[in-house]
Amino acid sequence: MTFVVILLYKGVIIPQRQLFRFLIIIIGLILLAAPILSADSLDVATDSVQDVAGQIITDSVETTTSTEEVAEDSGWGYRTERNNALFLMVLFSVVILVYTRWAKQGKELFLRKINGLDEVEEAVGRATEMGRPVLFVPGLQELDEIETIAAISILGRVARITARYDTPLMVPVRYPLVLAAGQEVVQQAYIEEGKPDAYNVDMVRYVAGEQFAFTATVNGYMMRERPATNIFMGAFFAESLLLAETGNAAGSIQIAGTAQPSQLPFFIAACDYTLMGEELYAASAYLSREPLLLGGLKGQDFIKILLIAAILIGVLIVSLDIEAIAELYKSLFVSV
Amino acid sequence: MRTIVPVIIAFLSGMVMILAFFFDPEKSILGELEQNVLSWVTIVGGFTLLLGVVSIFRVNLIAVKRRHDGWGYKLVTLISILAMAIPAIIPSKLSPLFGTGTDSIYDWLFNYLDAPMMATMFAMLAFYISSAAFRAFRARNTEATLLLIAATLVMLWRVPMGEIALAYIHPDLPQAINTYIMGGINMAVQRGIIIGAALGAAAMSLRILLGIERTYLGK
Repeated sequence: MTFVVILLYKGVIIPQRQLFRFLIIIIGLILLAAPILSADSLDVATDSVQDVAGQIITDSVETTTSTEEVAEDSGWGYRTERNNALFLMVLFSVVILVYTRWAKQGKELFLRKINGLDEVEEAVGRATEMGRPVLFVPGLQELDEIETIAAISILGRVARITARYDTPLMVPVRYPLVLAAGQEVVQQAYIEEGKPDAYNVDMVRYVAGEQFAFTATVNGYMMRERPATNIFMGAFFAESLLLAETGNAAGSIQIAGTAQPSQLPFFIAACDYTLMGEELYAASAYLSREPLLLGGLKGQDFIKILLIAAILIGVLIVSLDIEAIAELYKSLFVSV
Repeated sequence: MRTIVPVIIAFLSGMVMILAFFFDPEKSILGELEQNVLSWVTIVGGFTLLLGVVSIFRVNLIAVKRRHDGWGYKLVTLISILAMAIPAIIPSKLSPLFGTGTDSIYDWLFNYLDAPMMATMFAMLAFYISSAAFRAFRARNTEATLLLIAATLVMLWRVPMGEIALAYIHPDLPQAINTYIMGGINMAVQRGIIIGAALGAAAMSLRILLGIERTYLGK
């Protein structure tokens, strides 16, 4: 495996510029091969339609049993009951890749304005003028969470701006893995801005592993150092309001972003700008304005339109009270 | 090379996790591979723990040495780390006070210092909610007024005395608030945000998996 990877990297098997396309083809083949090889998977949907037509509503337990039997028949453990998830995943991937390709070809893509992200540079500028630091909190979850990865990506962009303006930056983290990734990203940002000497390893620091010990440390920092700008990005829980209210009391301009719906009201109440849900994941692409990343965002919007259409169709079917079609429609989206 | 290798590792690890979702872990090699990848996360995390300890020690020690503002707090932090760590590391064979068992120093510090302090921090949330609500619920414009009315109704419905008062107006009023505000408007908006966030997460995962997004590497 390692040998093959090295050959791929060196461009021996495939030219390097073709590597990306090759990877996509491989993914597509792997994903498509499974359901094709176990063609019995379609039997499940057909059975449920026949049952409904005969006024017998298919019991979900029976459906599960029949799919398990099919999985056993296929002999290699493919879960046919997850075909719908596979289909949606392939569709989603294809749409994203098509939009990415269009973006790469130079097609102009419209992006709506996100005020919170537009204000990042201005907020850092404010900190520079006031001679006070910028505080960036990349959430309270581990690096294996996509929200934390999104936060680390945004940190890279913010660090570039602080490096450009020579503004002090403070990044408290809760997990050592986030510490390592954060230090790497911030250092890289300072190097790319041509100011490697301005980078200090303690800009990103581990403060505490406990949720509220972390909060107490960050709140203490905010009250003592009075950062001009607080940026909270990533996954936050009960501490969201403790952090945001303290920042508000300290007179900082605050920008927050999270995908946790239960914490959004707190940030909206206490922060100047809030990125909601998907805006957090769009932030790195929005700030970088790289066509390749923006293509992914447009693809995401396209899928959202499809999902809205699917929801409207579902509402219509349920409203018309056609039980047979409703059950069939539901089976398309329910994955075991 | 510093970019290519992490991207390849991310691609292979991600593909293992995706494919494992579609296959029975007991019938294919993917189940075992998935567990191996997860074990590697734990192993790498274990190694980086040392980085965390070094970071917290260095930052606080420098602040104490140079008498920075609030150096006394940092001294307390250093003493606390040592007070928790040293007795926990010493084997409990020497004394029941050592190790992490019941009635050990570590256990005592955790139960009688750490846990109450965490609970205190959490309890303070009530006051923070009050001050945030006071600011948010000012009827400055139409939207804020709607928010104020909705919040007042929900708060009345949530507290027993308010529920009785609402039921006095109309017996079905508390249930109607639950149905139309919490189960209707609130739920619809939350689900919209969740669907959007899930799509955003999936799109970002795909970008990372295919090496399109490398910003997490500082690129």
